[in-house]
Amino acid sequence: MNETVSQAVAKAAAARPQHALGEELLRQLRRPFPWLVVAFTLLCGFVPYLTDDVGLRESLLLAAVYVTLASNLNLMIGFAGYVNFGNIVFFGLGGYIGVYLATSWHVNLVAASLAAGVLVGFLAYLFGLGILRLRGAFFALATIGVNEAVRAFVTNFEPWGGATGIYLSMDAYAPLGGPMAGLWICYFLLVAVMGLSLLLAYAIKTSKFGLGLLAIGQNEDAAAVLGVPTPLYKAIIYSVSGFFPAVAGSLYFFKSGIIEPTSAFDLTASIESIVMLMLGGAQTITGPVIGAFLYEELRGYLLVSQTFSHLQLVLAGALLLLIVLFVPGGFMGWLHTRLPWLRRWLE
Amino acid sequence: MSALLEVTHLSRRFGGVHAVSDLSFSVDEGEILGVIGPNGAGKSTLFNLINGVVPPDAGRIVFDGVDITGEPPYAVARRGIARAHQIMQPLLGLTVLENCMVGACFGRENMSLADARAAAREVAQSVGLGDRVDTLAGALTTAGKKRLEMARALSARPRLLLLDEVLAGLNPTEIAHMIETIRGIRRSGITILMIEHVMRAIMSLSDRIVVLNLGRKLAEGRPREIAENPDVIKAYLGDSKLLAAVEAAP
Repeated sequence: MNETVSQAVAKAAAARPQHALGEELLRQLRRPFPWLVVAFTLLCGFVPYLTDDVGLRESLLLAAVYVTLASNLNLMIGFAGYVNFGNIVFFGLGGYIGVYLATSWHVNLVAASLAAGVLVGFLAYLFGLGILRLRGAFFALATIGVNEAVRAFVTNFEPWGGATGIYLSMDAYAPLGGPMAGLWICYFLLVAVMGLSLLLAYAIKTSKFGLGLLAIGQNEDAAAVLGVPTPLYKAIIYSVSGFFPAVAGSLYFFKSGIIEPTSAFDLTASIESIVMLMLGGAQTITGPVIGAFLYEELRGYLLVSQTFSHLQLVLAGALLLLIVLFVPGGFMGWLHTRLPWLRRWLE
Repeated sequence: MSALLEVTHLSRRFGGVHAVSDLSFSVDEGEILGVIGPNGAGKSTLFNLINGVVPPDAGRIVFDGVDITGEPPYAVARRGIARAHQIMQPLLGLTVLENCMVGACFGRENMSLADARAAAREVAQSVGLGDRVDTLAGALTTAGKKRLEMARALSARPRLLLLDEVLAGLNPTEIAHMIETIRGIRRSGITILMIEHVMRAIMSLSDRIVVLNLGRKLAEGRPREIAENPDVIKAYLGDSKLLAAVEAAP
């Protein structure tokens, strides 16, 4: 027994296998899950195009936005254990930056959206270093504060149209080959952003950085004692979780043709993305996808139903309560405990 | 032997309480230094000061020739100081293996995930958790969680291991088992600073012992000297079992 301890520590110290980064990447590519994500993304992208089904496209476009929001929120809530109630600020601010660049400065849509992502990510990093000193409910409150502060700023910011916002003219779509082609292009790009968000979440979850985040989510003090650089990791993930939502915001509002403060910084949407995440299963990669699609179906049904149309949010709140109380792992968590072999296929 | 850890004139107050005051001692490379003292003597605060959980009000902490006073816990861990907590702090939702991997990944050697997995598996095996690697930490027994604290700290391949009452709450068989584990760790070249209330164990394990009382150093010396020291006996309210513990020690 005593021999084994000293032997194990000495042996492990002597012989350390070296794993190159390329080797690690190859290992990941041999797993099925990233390919499933790619296949799913291509399917979402091409089915409406090949069938020329505009209705399906619009419904999948919203789903892609929801998946992007829920999956990136998962990086904070599921991995790092920090509830970001104001996550919609990334989407809204990204939308403003992208639309502004594309209309006023005539920047190419893809470049404008990427710029929006980078800028929002950078701002989130700076904010994160400050507000991530707070924990639990105080952090959650601060994130609401960030969203409200940005909304108030934008409402009074004349270059962005103040309270009326920015309207796009039909000319704005000319570089994309007209409004009709523009809608398809925005759709393809949003689906790509969804796929990349899922791959990002998967890459983080299976990395050393992800292990550090999970440790923070479990017990931040213990993680720090184990050597996880907690302030840096939290600020990085807060920043990273803002990138794709900002890109999606830019594409979404460009496609909509209008952006104004109330719809861009809508706290309801923040809460809805939390419901989607918890419904599908936090900490899993597939969970946000399932949650987003289920919630979109439910929402669609409730909005057109005579009885429930005004109760949509009440039901969303009740749903969240029920999940947290009875199925804290969400759909995927529930599925993983019942069918453990499934973990290998659906992360 | 050279000093691996040197603590000089260390002080920390909480409100009006002098948890640690003007404390100086050093730990030599390769030794086991025991820290004993009545409840509230400042033992756990001392550990919190050393690994950066709490910054000191005054004094210096030098590890391996580098002043680490005031560094945050993760920086201290990176330098090669690992700690097993008195109140276990397992990452409940992660498996035993993942817990150990966190230690290995973010410890002194900054291992890659794959290296950490291999190292964690070996260390888990060596402390007797080999068949529980895929168990969630939350599902372990108390003794299992104590072992996990130890395994997680060891996975970091530290140069100095801080053990805070790792024997508390274990039954005699488990204590005997843990003592052997600690001896094995020392043999592998890791220096150990340990707080313990189980007298028989600390008397037999330690090369030297520092006695704290009300945040101050009451005595320092070899186990036998400590057991015979009148000040120490008085602080422990005349516990004559101290000497018996040394004599009973194998």
